[in-house]
Amino acid sequence: MTPNGWFQLALYLGVLLLLARPLGVYMAAVYEGVPSRWRRPGEVVERWMYRLCGVDPAEQMTWTRYAYGVLMFSVVSFLAVYLIQRCQALLPLNPQQLAAVTADSSFNTAISFMTNTNWQGYGGEVTMSYLSQMLALTVQNFVSAAVGMAVLVALIRGFRQTGTTGLGNFWVDLTRGTLYILLPLSFILALVLVSQGVVQTFSAYQTVPLMEAATTADGKTITEQTLPLGPAASQIAIKQLGTNGGGFYNVNSAHPFENPTPLSNFLQVLSILLIAAGLCHTFGVMVKDSRQGWALLAAMLVVFVPLTVGCALLEQQGTPQLAALGADLTASNLHPGGNMEGKETRFGIANSALWATATTAASNGSVNAMHDSFTPLGGLIPMWLMQLGEVIFGGAGSGLYGMVMFAIVTVFIAGLMVGRTPEYLGKKIEAYEMKMASIAILAPCAMVLVGTAIALMCTGGKATIFNPAVHGFSEVLYAVSSASNNNGSAVAGLGANTPFYNTLLGVAMLIGRFLTMLPVLAIAGSLSQKKHVPASAGTLPTHTPLFVVLVVAIVIIVGALNFFPALALGPIVEHLQMRA
Amino acid sequence: MATQSKSIFSADLIVPAIKVSFVKLNPVHLWKNPVIFVTEVGAFLTTIDLIRTMATGGAASFPLQITLWLWFTVLFANFAEAMAEGRGKAQADSLRRSRTKSVANKLDTASGTTKLVAAESLRKGDLVVVTAGELIPADGEVIEGAATVNESAITGESAPVIREAGGDRSAVTGGTTVLSDRIKIRVTANPGESFMDRMIGLIEGAKRQKTPNEIALSILLSALTIVFLVVVITLKPLAVYTGPDVSAALTVTVLVSLLVCLIPTTIGGLLSAIGIAGIDRMVQKNVLAMSGRAVEAAGDVDVLLLDKTGTITLGNRQAVEFVPAPGVDERQLADAAQLSSLADETPEGRSIVVLAKEKYGIRGREVHELPNAQFVPFTAQTRMSGIDLDGRQIRKGAADSVRQHVGGKFPAPIEQSVMEISSKGGTPLVVADGDRVLGVVYLKDIVKGGLPDRFKRFRAMGIRTVMITGDNQLTAAAIAREAGVDDFLAQAKPEDKMALIRKEQAAGHLVAMTGDGTNDAPALAQADVGVAMNTGTQAAKEAGNMVDLDSNPTKLIEVVEIGKQLLMTRGALTTFSIANDVAKYFAIIPAMFAVAYAASPDQPGPLSALNVMGLGTAQSAILSAVIFNALIIIALIPLALRGVRFRAVAAASILRRNLLIYGLGGLLLPFPGIKVIDLIVNALGLV
Repeated sequence: MTPNGWFQLALYLGVLLLLARPLGVYMAAVYEGVPSRWRRPGEVVERWMYRLCGVDPAEQMTWTRYAYGVLMFSVVSFLAVYLIQRCQALLPLNPQQLAAVTADSSFNTAISFMTNTNWQGYGGEVTMSYLSQMLALTVQNFVSAAVGMAVLVALIRGFRQTGTTGLGNFWVDLTRGTLYILLPLSFILALVLVSQGVVQTFSAYQTVPLMEAATTADGKTITEQTLPLGPAASQIAIKQLGTNGGGFYNVNSAHPFENPTPLSNFLQVLSILLIAAGLCHTFGVMVKDSRQGWALLAAMLVVFVPLTVGCALLEQQGTPQLAALGADLTASNLHPGGNMEGKETRFGIANSALWATATTAASNGSVNAMHDSFTPLGGLIPMWLMQLGEVIFGGAGSGLYGMVMFAIVTVFIAGLMVGRTPEYLGKKIEAYEMKMASIAILAPCAMVLVGTAIALMCTGGKATIFNPAVHGFSEVLYAVSSASNNNGSAVAGLGANTPFYNTLLGVAMLIGRFLTMLPVLAIAGSLSQKKHVPASAGTLPTHTPLFVVLVVAIVIIVGALNFFPALALGPIVEHLQMRA
Repeated sequence: MATQSKSIFSADLIVPAIKVSFVKLNPVHLWKNPVIFVTEVGAFLTTIDLIRTMATGGAASFPLQITLWLWFTVLFANFAEAMAEGRGKAQADSLRRSRTKSVANKLDTASGTTKLVAAESLRKGDLVVVTAGELIPADGEVIEGAATVNESAITGESAPVIREAGGDRSAVTGGTTVLSDRIKIRVTANPGESFMDRMIGLIEGAKRQKTPNEIALSILLSALTIVFLVVVITLKPLAVYTGPDVSAALTVTVLVSLLVCLIPTTIGGLLSAIGIAGIDRMVQKNVLAMSGRAVEAAGDVDVLLLDKTGTITLGNRQAVEFVPAPGVDERQLADAAQLSSLADETPEGRSIVVLAKEKYGIRGREVHELPNAQFVPFTAQTRMSGIDLDGRQIRKGAADSVRQHVGGKFPAPIEQSVMEISSKGGTPLVVADGDRVLGVVYLKDIVKGGLPDRFKRFRAMGIRTVMITGDNQLTAAAIAREAGVDDFLAQAKPEDKMALIRKEQAAGHLVAMTGDGTNDAPALAQADVGVAMNTGTQAAKEAGNMVDLDSNPTKLIEVVEIGKQLLMTRGALTTFSIANDVAKYFAIIPAMFAVAYAASPDQPGPLSALNVMGLGTAQSAILSAVIFNALIIIALIPLALRGVRFRAVAAASILRRNLLIYGLGGLLLPFPGIKVIDLIVNALGLV
């Protein structure tokens, strides 16, 4: 990697950590309901909304009631997104006269956006009307992220409270998260992005003459091109902040209208991890021991930083095949060198690798380079980051509650080793918590493997694998890993907009979302009723570097043991073949 | 009972354990242990595959050896459990022998006559009479008389103990022998529910229930097993996609080998042995835990309530100093004090006689040498004892009573001495001749040796010690300081003890205590770990969840250590088991996928590069991993039965140490282990 590359990576981490603390404090204040002058106008909106929906904001929900709220809200979201897509031809704001989206694609996309996955089987500019983009997709970008954050907050309350069953009010948490955290941040980001040239308009697509005529393979001369437009900036801001990742255009943030400049790139990739990092501090603040939050953030960084550097180095190294074709793989002032296939020249190696790891570490899934064109091991890293269960930063809220599940398992094993019934943040971890944490951690893992196996066995699954043999295998594994862990990142080369994949991946996304969320809420419910065990010298400290190392070890071992055979048959063998 | 600890592997334990290992192959039994059950199903599948291979005339050497080693894996796990149970059973058998076929003199309350009946026919509430030389037929309470009883059958202690009606020494245990006198007993347990029966049941592990932490760990192990099942089952479709040669290499035998190597067989196989061994270790310390749950709770305890008398101090106070009044010779005081104590048979009285003899050579006179002497015994009214001798009236007693006796006032120096002794935690006894105060005897509580050091180690482990005493604040504070306890509760009444336990529990603490009296029973029941003394009342023994057969309250400390050790052993072996998987992957995956994408069938494919251990052939690699996986269970049985080494240090440093040994060790050890086995397998040409 070039010195410039190292510098950009360091700058990125520095700014991220600098912002995590104030944002974390702010988010804690929002969820604690601390009154603030700035939020007063919002409170009026809040009251008005609660009255309209018949919500009693003072109600304290048990975990089942909270889960019921989450599920009902998700069902309604699903139906809304599904119906808008199916009816978009009849609805306004459709200047391109796009037809209704097919049933299976609508099903897949509705689940995808409702579960904060934003897997996109479709190409945005040729499928979705402006209304569908705004009313169905952008709305879900906000609320699906807010649901994840709400569940995290319920879990935190479970740790903090003793002898009660109330975990807070889902509707209040949902509203506040959207109104005071996601909306303002997106608003600011969208404005900055517009300043960088990201489009934001309701005009129809523009057809413009080409500067230089091009000739296609069959000899046709092309003299003009269509520029897709639309209200992109507003959706892109929340797509990054809410770890959604669903692009406005098909090629996502590699598209010059979605991500035109290095500055817009920096801000977008920063937004990908921003809320997840901030929530770690929110966690610490809300459990009244900020070291606990920093420990989890440190664990995330311990995984993230080496993998990012590794990915950048692997991409910088290029491949023997590129070298054989005469490509100059060494970086110079004129070109980035390395494996530039599928990468944008305006971003280069370091920023493409950083984005690839950030977007898969967080369950974002937006891309600024084509992961399919990464070197085998360089591509293994984003894939594995998803397979780790989206706990390295992960989705808004969902990443941290996933990490807390790992912390619970870690505390259990480590706690036994110090000779006491394990406890985390003063709450005893017993059979019920172990059962739920095991489900939350292992359900997505099982879904990845079973889903991949099904796809590789069925004709429907194999039909749209465009790259044969190993690479095709990796693509299927990548797609199912992405859906099962609610990431949404995709490698091209696999035709996923088929009834087969729309259904399989739709189911995978549901399992990845709700078989983690519901056990988490169940744990919150169980913990909230337990006594708080005061810490002593006999208590396993959960804020120390040793504990951080242990959490990381558990995350990595679970990820490695589950996926080593599958990865061996995919990227690993591909790498060995390439180097052979 | 056997207090001597048997060596872990002795022939009389191993042979029956081997037999039992085969009996335990019964799937109905193994079903309770999901990890080993899955292993057994796997072994069954490879057996079928083996038969099929042999029937079709294929090469059977490899599947045969794998199958054998898989069955060995199950047997080794069974053997571990059988060994642990066998050790308990040996102790239970010796107990059972002691109570075979006894008879009882049952008292008919209406007629007042006794009738000879079989002990088994006795029911709760029956009255029996036991005379010297007879076995006590059932658990009961002495309601009339007193007797010396030999309780060595349960305590291993041959010195007889006194059991008498009323008070805290009224409980008798079935199976013990009356040595003298005659007592009337009310039976308190039906046949099969007696203390001895419960003891036998517990030791044998017959009614062993999984403890809470064991259940939680089982859930984790089951979850891992399920996910590895998914990994292995989905591997076949992935291989089919990859190519027919890879798919062909993934036979049932190979897939089952991978599965068994991945699922946590090490901890799964040793889990119940660890639990049984924990109870067994308690038994070896002569502590009977009423359930495994209690043993486990002992590890969680973070507050110890310790009675001052008997636990922290040696039950009796000793005279250590004579402080004479002004104008009185020290020797004169010692002489008077000794005279007043000659007939005082309390330990305090005797210690005064001894001190006078040691310090001033005043010989302890015999009572009959003083014909004119009139002894004045201690009464609740006077609260003094003494002697009337040749017109002298020598009295000794608590400061208050003697002050009253001499007219309501002490000379100032005496008052000061009394104060000083009290503040040092001692008990001042004032000696007066007539109404002249001669001086003060300093009685001191003697703190048991080594306690301050022990309490310090507890503090390091995060366990708080609280001393409970009936003494006043001043005395209690002084002893607490000397013993090094963290806190004390002075002038404690039984209900105060209860309130303290409730308060600590409400704050989230787990409390352990010892007790023997009936008035301790509610507190024993309330405490998370209540250790009743075997000399205590039946009520106390019923209320607690452990009984200390030696009746040594200091044992509480060992109880906590054993509880911690039990949990630590489970955690350490779980970590070890999971860490092992990494190396097994590096053995098996390259072997399984050796043919994947190979340029030609006789050349190794690209994934052979993962064969970092350089194992001989694909088959030898898989076989070696399976053998390692089986042998490690056997190798760890001693550790499971003995428990990992315990140190009284803070949690963080215990974790660091155990992680280094069992985590890092578990990660690294299998690499050379599998390599060595592979070298042997290849040298012997097994595959």
